[in-house]
Amino acid sequence: MTENILNEMNLIKPAMLIPLLPLLGFFITSLFGKQLKHASGWIASLAILVPFICSAYIFMNTDAATSFEVPIFDWIAFGKFSIPFAFLIDPLSILMLLVVTGIGFLIHIYSIGYMHHDEGFSRFFSYLNLFVFFMLLLVMGNNYLVMFIGWEGVGLCSYLLIGFWFKNQSYNDAAKKAFIMNRIGDLGFLLGMFFLMMMFGSLEYKTIFSKASEIPVGAGLIVITTLLLFVGAMGKSAQIPLYTWLPDAMAGPTPVSALIHAATMVTAGIYLITRSHVLFALAPFTSDIILIVGVATALFASIIGLKQNDIKKVLAYSTVSQLGFMFAALGVGAYKTAMFHVLTHAFFKALLFLGSGSVIHAMGGEQDIRKMGGLRKALPITNFTFLIGTLAISGVPLFAGFFSKDEILANVFVHSNLFFAVLVLTSIITSIYMFRVYFLTFSGEFRGTDEQKHHLHESPATITIPLIILAVLSTVGGFLGLPSVFHATHKLNAYLGNVVPSLSEHEVSHNFEYILMGSLTAIVFIIIFAVFNYFISKKNMPEANEEVMNPVGRFIYNKYYVDEFYNAVFVRPVMLLSDIFLVLIDKLIIDLFVNALAWLAISLGKGARLIQTGNTGFYVFAMVISMIVLLALQFII
Amino acid sequence: MLTLVLLILPLIASLVLLATRGNASRSLALLFSLVQLGITLYVWNEFRNTLAIDLPAKFGFVKEWISRPNISFNIGLDGISMVMVILTNLLLPLIILSGFNRTIDRPHIFYSLMMLMQSALIGVFVSFDGLLYYIFWELALIPIYFIAFNWGGVNRKSVTLKFFIYTLAGSLLMLFGFIFLYWSNPLHNFNWNDLVNNHTCGCNQTWLFWLFFAAFAIKIPIVPFHTWQPDTYKEAPTQGTMLLSGIMLKMGLYSLIRWLLPIIPSGVMEWNSLAIALCAAGIVYASIIAIMQQDMKKLFAYSSIAHVGLIAAGIFAINVQGLQGSMVQMLAHGINVVGLFFCADIIFHRTQSNHVEGIGGIRLVAPQFATYFMIVVLASVALPLTNGFVGEFMLLYGLYEYNHWLAVTGGLTIILGAVYMLRMYQKVILGESVMENMSFPDLLWNEKVVLISIAVLIFFFGLYPKAILELSEPAVNFIIEKSLIK
Repeated sequence: MTENILNEMNLIKPAMLIPLLPLLGFFITSLFGKQLKHASGWIASLAILVPFICSAYIFMNTDAATSFEVPIFDWIAFGKFSIPFAFLIDPLSILMLLVVTGIGFLIHIYSIGYMHHDEGFSRFFSYLNLFVFFMLLLVMGNNYLVMFIGWEGVGLCSYLLIGFWFKNQSYNDAAKKAFIMNRIGDLGFLLGMFFLMMMFGSLEYKTIFSKASEIPVGAGLIVITTLLLFVGAMGKSAQIPLYTWLPDAMAGPTPVSALIHAATMVTAGIYLITRSHVLFALAPFTSDIILIVGVATALFASIIGLKQNDIKKVLAYSTVSQLGFMFAALGVGAYKTAMFHVLTHAFFKALLFLGSGSVIHAMGGEQDIRKMGGLRKALPITNFTFLIGTLAISGVPLFAGFFSKDEILANVFVHSNLFFAVLVLTSIITSIYMFRVYFLTFSGEFRGTDEQKHHLHESPATITIPLIILAVLSTVGGFLGLPSVFHATHKLNAYLGNVVPSLSEHEVSHNFEYILMGSLTAIVFIIIFAVFNYFISKKNMPEANEEVMNPVGRFIYNKYYVDEFYNAVFVRPVMLLSDIFLVLIDKLIIDLFVNALAWLAISLGKGARLIQTGNTGFYVFAMVISMIVLLALQFII
Repeated sequence: MLTLVLLILPLIASLVLLATRGNASRSLALLFSLVQLGITLYVWNEFRNTLAIDLPAKFGFVKEWISRPNISFNIGLDGISMVMVILTNLLLPLIILSGFNRTIDRPHIFYSLMMLMQSALIGVFVSFDGLLYYIFWELALIPIYFIAFNWGGVNRKSVTLKFFIYTLAGSLLMLFGFIFLYWSNPLHNFNWNDLVNNHTCGCNQTWLFWLFFAAFAIKIPIVPFHTWQPDTYKEAPTQGTMLLSGIMLKMGLYSLIRWLLPIIPSGVMEWNSLAIALCAAGIVYASIIAIMQQDMKKLFAYSSIAHVGLIAAGIFAINVQGLQGSMVQMLAHGINVVGLFFCADIIFHRTQSNHVEGIGGIRLVAPQFATYFMIVVLASVALPLTNGFVGEFMLLYGLYEYNHWLAVTGGLTIILGAVYMLRMYQKVILGESVMENMSFPDLLWNEKVVLISIAVLIFFFGLYPKAILELSEPAVNFIIEKSLIK
């Protein structure tokens, strides 16, 4: 026991270094960016590498039972409340630390190559470091308010990075949209915190979770609280109805899409719910809502992915869809499974985005897959790693996505056959649109301009090395969570077991597992063959424009017109209301009233002026009359 | 005694400045305001050493003044006054410095009026006698009237007249209120302590509430008493607008806490649900108007109405988080709004335009300015770790405790605030310039000093709100205790 405490004392300093260094990196690269030039890329990367080493050090020196707090300072105190600025180190936060700093570091290195020619090179890295700082606060906080700092902070960095090329106003629109939609979710989060403060008198996880056991399952307040927290998660993790910002967010540079809009920030909602699983377990109603929203998002987004021709847009809808899978897992109470998918998804989706970045880099900024094709030969490493990413997300056996997705499906099956069927359908669609992208990009004939063809080249080592590392992780990452049918220990479940205890859920039978895995695998291989046949052997191309599509295709191509719907129902009425308030109420009604009062004052003044005749005799007369009246009043009263 | 020094020093400065001419005036004004700030910091430090014993007011100065009616010269500092004095004296040097590198006609009179204004504001915040407070309240109106009238924009005459009459009408109602309180109080005086401990009967408080509320609601301003404000902010010279929005409107909020809640508690109990509803509706109303505003100064004016509406709502919730939040937020709003109007001034100085749609592309030519502007914008949309967040969080929680739905309504400000602020920032600063031949030199030295100071203050109070919370907590608890009797 004493050994344990001593051990934890030794870990406090590295734990404090973890968020501190990216913050320091932010200040250095933003203040001295001009002088540092391209050195700022390496400094920023170092500011993430050291925290990764610290996280790994903490990981290796702790076990699954670890849980200690790192106080920094007292932040807000009023009345009986005191909200500290403090960190919590336990397996869940350590896992997230490793993901954020590890993948963050790889993407920093990648960006050195990718952003090399950009005039905002140093600025890019300062934003990236700031993002990592906030993301680390989000996962390290020991209370909801520190998480909220990180939560809004990553939203800010997302805003800054989506609008990184600020000369382009449509990019700025996308950035603003992301920030505002996130803010809608944040209001939910904020109100959720108020309910927590009222119920538990604290925002610290420790206090809340220990007191939560006194609350009966399904109590009204806990249902409202969890729903509000889920609204926050919807915004950040792009779930229906707050998902439309994420595809637009692809306006940012590709490393940003990989880091923020695939691997880390968008999984914050899953982290929030997993962290609060004690509360969510008390609210079955909320869990059902989460399941429905998750499954619906997974399906709808994946269908849109079928019709998109921008390589990054496909990946964006795929991210929305995969996040839906994770929420489906949360909805059935399989919190650890959701975290497992967060982990594998971080590997393969970061890989896919970075691979697409390498392609875009080689194509001179072109993102339309109809103008690509045959890149296999010119970009062998990118091709190979992208293929691995595609196999992983499609759930081909032994690759990372296979195990985590299978686990989600099995968990949902126990809960509901209908949702299970929808998710199976979704995962089939997933492999269709992913292989569509893969074949159209890398196989067949090159369809771009001659100039582009001339410039095709494999990316530099700073880009390919992160790709290779992520490809390896996407291949072996799944072995952290081997299912019981393989008679192996589920390492991740064991590690997270103390933070997120297993529910007494009935597992699916081994036979069912075999059938599920076998049939899904068979389907994936059929799809690969069919997609190859359709696009490559028969040389079918996606439609050139929406006029030639059938109505259903056009509906999907236009993303079900959800943006247009939001515009008509929310944006336009508010703008109209703004004009009405100003012109009708402010200028007309209120000022009319004010002016009427002024007019009244002037008229009274005019009336009073008539009495001021200047005739002394009249004044004396008035005085005497007044005194008589006053005296008379004295007598009467 | 120290309070008296804080009150008198700007008055002396005001007289001394009349004897100066040209650039010497503004340098001397800055010097005086910095000395004043130095004394304030000293007082702040002394105050912290004796936090526990807060009542009666510290560093006080009491002298018989007029025996009939019984008015005493009674000044002092409790925690709430202390915060307001810090706000005033922290902002004054920044406001003065922001006028460097601008041509101001007859600077000696301009800065003399500013110093007079400072003295009057301090007077409002430290008076513990009702009539003395009232005199300072009215006194504060005179210098700002002349500043707006003589140094303002094209429409200054009609706009300042509207402003003057609006607020004067409110003050008149308050004066009636005070005279009534004088007679109904068995001790027949205006002493704050006596008024707090000898409430007039509930039947009178019913209508007395409105006399005071109208005066304060106009000054704050709370919708629908606000129509003087956007035009005045637009027409007044930038420093005048900073004084008005940064400090002067806090007179109204401060007065709610000092002269309404503890003195007319049953009137407040009777009407505060209506007052809060008005404030909460005003938050949404003003925010929505701000979205479509085409003039930066007017946009900031409406956003200010929304922000102070939230502060007023938090005050009327009468709980510790609401009132403590209002203290933090009054300071934060003062700092941020001065920053916002200064940024608008910098843009106007270089482009002769404050039109949201008509500029653009400033980020390309003046990246430093764009960064500081971003920081101020983020603070005013209440991003965590900036000063705007702590206050807004506490105020909304205060509101939540009063009524959950009001918190939702007030909470819309975090969405709408982002909408209008980011829209403005995007159109003005980002993109490519829509102006022909725009020349936009990056920051001058005085502008840089002001903006860096504001940025430092934004993060200091965002990270260490305790500096304010610890000062005002005992006084706020006392106010709550007195406001919730019966």
